[in-house]
Amino acid sequence: MKPSAGLGLKPQHFEAALAAPAAGLWFEVHPENYMVAGGPRLAWLETIRSRHPVSLHGVAMSLAADADPDTEHLERLAALVDRIEPFIVSEHLAWSAWEGAYRPDLLPFPRTREALARIAANIGRVQDVLGRRIAIENPSHYLRIDGHEWSEIDFLTTLAERTGCRLLLDVNNVFVSGRNLGYSAEAYIDAFPTRFIEEVHLAGHTPDPALGERLLVDSHDAPIAPAVWALYERLIARIGPRPTLIERDDNLPAFDELVAERDRAAAVLRAPMLRAA
Amino acid sequence: MTESTMRAPHTRSSVSLREFQAGFARALTAIDTHSSAAPEIADLARQPGFAVYRNTVMKGCIDALQANYPSVARLVGEEWFRAAAALYVRAHPPRRPMLVDYGDGFASFLAKFEPAAELPYLPGVARLDRFWTEAHVARDEAPVPASNVARCSPQELALTVLRPHAAARWAWFDDQPIFTLWRRSREPRGDDLSDVDWQPEGALVTRPQGAVQWIALGIAGCAFLDACAAGTSLGAAAAAALAADPGIDLAALMGQLLEAGAFGSAADSKSPSEEK
Repeated sequence: MKPSAGLGLKPQHFEAALAAPAAGLWFEVHPENYMVAGGPRLAWLETIRSRHPVSLHGVAMSLAADADPDTEHLERLAALVDRIEPFIVSEHLAWSAWEGAYRPDLLPFPRTREALARIAANIGRVQDVLGRRIAIENPSHYLRIDGHEWSEIDFLTTLAERTGCRLLLDVNNVFVSGRNLGYSAEAYIDAFPTRFIEEVHLAGHTPDPALGERLLVDSHDAPIAPAVWALYERLIARIGPRPTLIERDDNLPAFDELVAERDRAAAVLRAPMLRAA
Repeated sequence: MTESTMRAPHTRSSVSLREFQAGFARALTAIDTHSSAAPEIADLARQPGFAVYRNTVMKGCIDALQANYPSVARLVGEEWFRAAAALYVRAHPPRRPMLVDYGDGFASFLAKFEPAAELPYLPGVARLDRFWTEAHVARDEAPVPASNVARCSPQELALTVLRPHAAARWAWFDDQPIFTLWRRSREPRGDDLSDVDWQPEGALVTRPQGAVQWIALGIAGCAFLDACAAGTSLGAAAAAALAADPGIDLAALMGQLLEAGAFGSAADSKSPSEEK
């Protein structure tokens, strides 16, 4: 598939999504919302899938937990992958399940050798069960954690080399983390290993209600910020086009507003191809 | 490459991954963040960014509960609902990542929730909200068509076993108009409840195909479906319905249940005249 821009899809937008012109448009959903026995949700997703490519972006495999991936959850994902035949399956470099309780967030951990070995094994397990490779996304950071033995880029690169997985580069997460932890988002974007990037994410963030601009929250409830667009253009100019997703999970605007953001990303993707032509 | 993207100094982490996660998970839900056990975690929990995780986790759970219990939320208002939901989340965090299914104990929680004591109908309304969710995500199944049953003689019918549809959920509320309160709360102009008759009611919520549907169901109908769910013949189910309401018109009840698609036709249901 030629790299194009896609949209995160919420049930509120199903009708508009079905009516949208098909050319190059793809959709991404959280598979957890479709791990149901039957009913309208699955039917909607299958209808969308009959017209557009679909990507499954998992939020709950908890790959960075010091625990094996949950067998039942993995089987549900495998069943959905068989049913939907997504063009990309992705997950996060984070954990969310611990000792039987699930926390709906992408939690951090110290990037140690121990963590690397555990996460590589977990990615390997998921890829074995799914029978395909997955892409791993860089999360947003809010904490200064002591004891990192690897930079995030080295950690992700090593995971890709060891497991054969690919990487999903979330540009907004880089911006948010750079601001919160005090590093250069440009340097991070420039150093990210081109050969492993399978997909790019763009999303909006908001200042923390109490701390303001000093602490940015990866809230997915606002339009993409100008600084994030600039980082994205810088990235695509360097690496060339990659499938790019507009992520919006909260404070949903009209579908047309998301389409406008998607069209802007599509224009950025066309630019390097024009230069190459 | 700048320094920030290069390999960080190889300082050994003083806690294992397991210790880190156990401590972090505890600190996320601790009422007093600063009393968390491991000093490494206590240090993290003191950083302003820790609240982002606490807030995101709590918001995710409460949002899910509010999405799954819209009638309860409408009856009590958003502020009350979210305060109650926060207490539920602390006591019963999600066990599985499918939040579409979260909150199966919320009705029981509300039944014992002191501030809800003056709203005795809330647990019942919560139960119907839960029925809606369960019907919404139940496996797809073709309902038994009325025509199949119409072809049977009364003798055949009495011996037939019909299983409730995979999406069918029903309940009888013997002291409150729970179905009317719930149904009104899902209608655009449902806020005025002054004209509701305070009487017992029952409901059947199901999804024979497409969208979730609901009908009022009498005490006999509930008894009838209870019997079918227990695997009895229609004859025995009819006896149960008559015991619950001696005046019930059994033919009309059977017609109502078939019309609603209350019975499932999948293989383990021994439906009459079913085409193979």
